[in-house]
Amino acid sequence: MSEQLNFEVPTMAELIAKGEEPEILFWVGCAGSYDERAQKTTRDICKILHHVGIKYAVLGTEESCTGDPAKRAGNEFLFQMQAMTNIEVLNSYNIKKIVTGCPHCFNTIKNEYPGLGGTYEIIHHTQLIQQLIDEGKLKAEGGESFKGKKITYHDPCYLGRGNGIYEAPRAALEILDAQLVEMKRCKSNGLCCGAGGAQMFKEPEKGNKDINIERIEEALETQPQIIAAGCPFCMTMLRDGVKLKDQDQNVQVLDIAEITARANGL
Amino acid sequence: MTMLRVALGQTKMFFRPIPAGLHLVVYVGFVIINLEVLEIMIDGIFGTHRVFGGLGSLYNFLIVSFEILALGVWLACAIFLIRRNIIRLKRFRGVEMTNWPKSDANYILITEILLMTAFLLMNAADAKLQALASDHYITAGAFPVSQYLQNLLPNTEASLITIERSCWWFHIIGIFTFLNYLPYSKHFHILFAFPNTYFSNLEPKGEFTNMANVTNEVKAMLDPSFIPEEAEAGRFGAKDVNDLTWVNLMNAYTCTECGRCTSVCPANITGKVLSPRKIMMDTRDRLEEVGKNIDKTGSGFDDGKSLIDTYISREEIWACTSCNACTEACPINIDPLAIITELRRYAVMEESQSPPSISAMLGNIENNGAPWKYSPADRLNWAKEN
Repeated sequence: MSEQLNFEVPTMAELIAKGEEPEILFWVGCAGSYDERAQKTTRDICKILHHVGIKYAVLGTEESCTGDPAKRAGNEFLFQMQAMTNIEVLNSYNIKKIVTGCPHCFNTIKNEYPGLGGTYEIIHHTQLIQQLIDEGKLKAEGGESFKGKKITYHDPCYLGRGNGIYEAPRAALEILDAQLVEMKRCKSNGLCCGAGGAQMFKEPEKGNKDINIERIEEALETQPQIIAAGCPFCMTMLRDGVKLKDQDQNVQVLDIAEITARANGL
Repeated sequence: MTMLRVALGQTKMFFRPIPAGLHLVVYVGFVIINLEVLEIMIDGIFGTHRVFGGLGSLYNFLIVSFEILALGVWLACAIFLIRRNIIRLKRFRGVEMTNWPKSDANYILITEILLMTAFLLMNAADAKLQALASDHYITAGAFPVSQYLQNLLPNTEASLITIERSCWWFHIIGIFTFLNYLPYSKHFHILFAFPNTYFSNLEPKGEFTNMANVTNEVKAMLDPSFIPEEAEAGRFGAKDVNDLTWVNLMNAYTCTECGRCTSVCPANITGKVLSPRKIMMDTRDRLEEVGKNIDKTGSGFDDGKSLIDTYISREEIWACTSCNACTEACPINIDPLAIITELRRYAVMEESQSPPSISAMLGNIENNGAPWKYSPADRLNWAKEN
């Protein structure tokens, strides 16, 4: 199982130059593009797409921030500038279907782009994985066994409460034959990792605890071997929490895409 | 549909079964016992007594259920008082639960207990008078609860009549007084819950509104040939309550300060100053103040105060993670996040004021299309190296 991709990731520009169209556009997102840890998830999503033979493409250098953190921080101008620029690019490529690696990009494109002229069929990567499992194209074989492992899943706010997606990520874990344990606060009652609403980019206000510590304590109460995430920002917050609790030797924080890729030996 | 489910059906209350059960007793009690109030009013106006008594066994059934519900309401309110004042649950404390909000809650509960006591005492006296075959007191009703109060009452007809009449008057005056108290109290939720849920946001919670006045300007910037529609002058975001929508303001009046929002807020749980309940209470208090100013001096008066800074601090609005736990928790779909967002919009777009790291993040998006300082040219590097 190598980190390196043994295939080329096609960009939209390349496909169009060849006169081809992708079935789905993979919207990578800023974290997925630049954050070292999230890049692994990005590569794993590509591996899954490649493995099942879906024709996909990325925008590459033509992708830009969706504007989500600007909007949550109150800068509607910057958000709409980003949105309209992105929509122009997406529409010029006649994009119909998008998969994102990030709940924040997902939420923004799904809910806030249509009003600005960008309407697409959009899914989060955990939904793609669920669909592929349902269609029988993706299984959990040929790779690492997660059988009996204790996994707890942390709901990202913008996937869960924000858009009501609770089952897809869990479905991706269910086929592992692992032991899924829920935290006390889960699903619609899930506790935020502390990164949303542009908090990722600033120091927290004064308080008696950081939010990710509160969350990680709750996650560790389930005594998991793996904490599953579905969002690059949650990933950062949860990993920081695990490290601060000196549990990084015992507990892994993995994205659903990474777990799926590993289970299939990709 | 949402109104029927959430307000009438109280579905969101049941995430916390104990208070939900108790609340349901008071709610059903309030609604059903109002049938009895109808009779009390007709009797009062026409000088009749137990005018529905002719319904026979149906009437007995009704009185039995009123009595049982009255006892239920009495007990539920007593338990609520204990939860607030003796157990002092964390949800009912907090910086915003100062004198008035605290007393308001107690006044409501005590009033309900007194009204129910009067109702049951009235029935007890009435039953005794019926047994004495006193004039005017026709035999009607069955009294499974108040029969136990009969021994507490005197046996003479005159004093029984005095007690029965006093309780009757106390009950009816109490109800009318309470109705007038409602609009000044958080108890207004019993009415506002309905329009509030009817007008609540049904879009996915993750969706924030796109500001139409910004769309106009951005379109004009990107495309010089674009002619903006009749532009709406006004502020970006909200500095004061005048800048909020009427739904935001109705939310503020509907809030019953139960604190479910604050108890699930990740910022509040970890000791930050942000409390979604305080956001709603501040909005309402400021609105009251602006209203008084207008009454006194006419509109356009500037008292030098505003919702942001005077009431809600910058520290509060920047502590929010926009996680929507508060909106999910609210039993009547109040949206504190919408107000926080408007305040942030004002701070950022009108004043260019935000925490330095937020300003840096916004600068990065503007300059290189990512919240961090990375070159757009490096966006695909993940595919090339490891």
